[in-house]
Amino acid sequence: MSDDRLSLQLRATRGAFDLDIEAEIPLAGITAIFGPSGSGKTSLLRLIAGLDRPDQGRIAMGGEVWSDSARRTFTPAHQRPVGLVFQDARLFTHLSVAGNLDFAQRRAVRGVGRFDAETIIEALDLVPLLPRRPASLSGGEAQRVALGRALLTQPRLLLLDEPMAGLDHARRAELLPYLDTTLRQLEIPALYVSHSVEEVVRLADRVLALAQGQCVAMGPAEAVFDQLEIEPLEREFEAGSVLAGTLIGTDERLQLSRVDIGGQVLELPMPVALQPGDTVRLRIRARDVAIATLRPQAISIRNVLDGRIVSLTPAEGSPYCDLVVSIGASQIKARLTRASVEALELVPGQAVYALVKSASFDRRPG
Amino acid sequence: MPDLGPLWLSLGLASVTTLILLALGTPLAWWLARTRSGLKPAIEALTALPLILPPTVIGFYLLLLLNPTSPIGSFWLSLTGETLTFSFTGLVVASVIYSLPFMVQPLQSAFEGVGRAPLEAAASLGASPLDAFFRVAAPLSIRGFLTASILSFAHTIGEFGVVLMVGGSIPGRTRVISIAIFEQVESLQYGEAHVLSGILIAFSFITLLLVYSLNRRFRLHVG
Repeated sequence: MSDDRLSLQLRATRGAFDLDIEAEIPLAGITAIFGPSGSGKTSLLRLIAGLDRPDQGRIAMGGEVWSDSARRTFTPAHQRPVGLVFQDARLFTHLSVAGNLDFAQRRAVRGVGRFDAETIIEALDLVPLLPRRPASLSGGEAQRVALGRALLTQPRLLLLDEPMAGLDHARRAELLPYLDTTLRQLEIPALYVSHSVEEVVRLADRVLALAQGQCVAMGPAEAVFDQLEIEPLEREFEAGSVLAGTLIGTDERLQLSRVDIGGQVLELPMPVALQPGDTVRLRIRARDVAIATLRPQAISIRNVLDGRIVSLTPAEGSPYCDLVVSIGASQIKARLTRASVEALELVPGQAVYALVKSASFDRRPG
Repeated sequence: MPDLGPLWLSLGLASVTTLILLALGTPLAWWLARTRSGLKPAIEALTALPLILPPTVIGFYLLLLLNPTSPIGSFWLSLTGETLTFSFTGLVVASVIYSLPFMVQPLQSAFEGVGRAPLEAAASLGASPLDAFFRVAAPLSIRGFLTASILSFAHTIGEFGVVLMVGGSIPGRTRVISIAIFEQVESLQYGEAHVLSGILIAFSFITLLLVYSLNRRFRLHVG
């Protein structure tokens, strides 16, 4: 029996839309289930967890069939080796934090003690919370407890349903590193539902993108986001590009990192915990990219990349025009005003310089 | 000093009735709180019937149902050598039916208040439905259980019409406190009626006081 992939062939009617999904998800690292609100992300997760029954279809993890309408088999939620973290934590209010964790531990699959309870409690910093009542926890603390509780059942697959959706920005920044390091440390495959590009890029190894109940793309985060932004989904997200590169060095004095992207070098403010030679991902917003036809001199922007215009897409009824510029093997997006495009007489195929005002690091792919 | 037998009989009847109602009413209330069946309104209406029917109607049909010539009554007689009518067992049957809504309705609304969310969380943590009920739904419904039990108990203590029709007034067997007071008033023994009535008023007030103070404490603790 191998746990190497989750295969889904599902059809379910869910009020406003029909879920119709066929996918083979490799079970390694974190897979983001990504899409706008109402695209069926949570419905899909509930079907995988066994909380809802599909109208039709089959769910199997490795050789283990959890649900098959043709053979009328259905494994209920409590018998699936799956941990689930809900958007609203759902801690038991009649128990303390320790009681909540104990509840999970007592029901853990026996003999599969792959994750040591102390390791989990330590990694999530839960010791100071143990005697508290759930009602007294902040949103971020509650989600940390919920994550620990789910992991203590010794699941073979972890499902996370927008665990950060109810949190403000500061709490998210606090929770994200816990999520990231704990899941990596335990090496548990996870499906992470989110509609936040930022979270997905930071956490996920691959993305399954949903729109109106259908899978519209699946693959590495860079490829999926590149693909998504030429689809109608775009309006939901801020346009930008995700680039893969290699860290070539850091400058302690100037607090800089230098990243090689296909033979050209980008400078970024120094990130934490990265080693030279590591693969990194960068996110560059389209509005942070300017275009010049001559190499600019005496300018504060230090990231000037040689490129070639691939396409120009003026947005009807708006002052903007979106450009795709190839930089070596990668592509980045730039948002200019239509006036600039006309003044510079930009055309596809033209050699240009892309001026990157700012780029940010994303999580190092594990 | 008047005979306190009827008081102990009433307390015994109310205790047995409440225990039986807990066992029967809990699954019924659970089903009503969770079902999407089309039968739900009909079952709810049936459960609530004792609230609006005159006790005499219930007593009349229970007499027809339980008397020794009926199938149930004769079966019971052959099994135990005792009739269901005019016996303590008959009073228990009648009280269970008469107090059913006082157990089911508070429990149902408590279970509805728990909602699906904690139970889904319990299932995702590997708890079977029964396990989830006892370890999650029941503790979260503790105030509902308390309210339902007290109301069923108190309502059984206070019943009169059904008891009179099904049980009559046999001292030590069916002569409960309300019947005893009725007979004392009928025979103008006001002094003795005062004692039993006074005990009942004090008992009822203390019980309700206890419920309301417990409720406040539980709200702080559970909420």
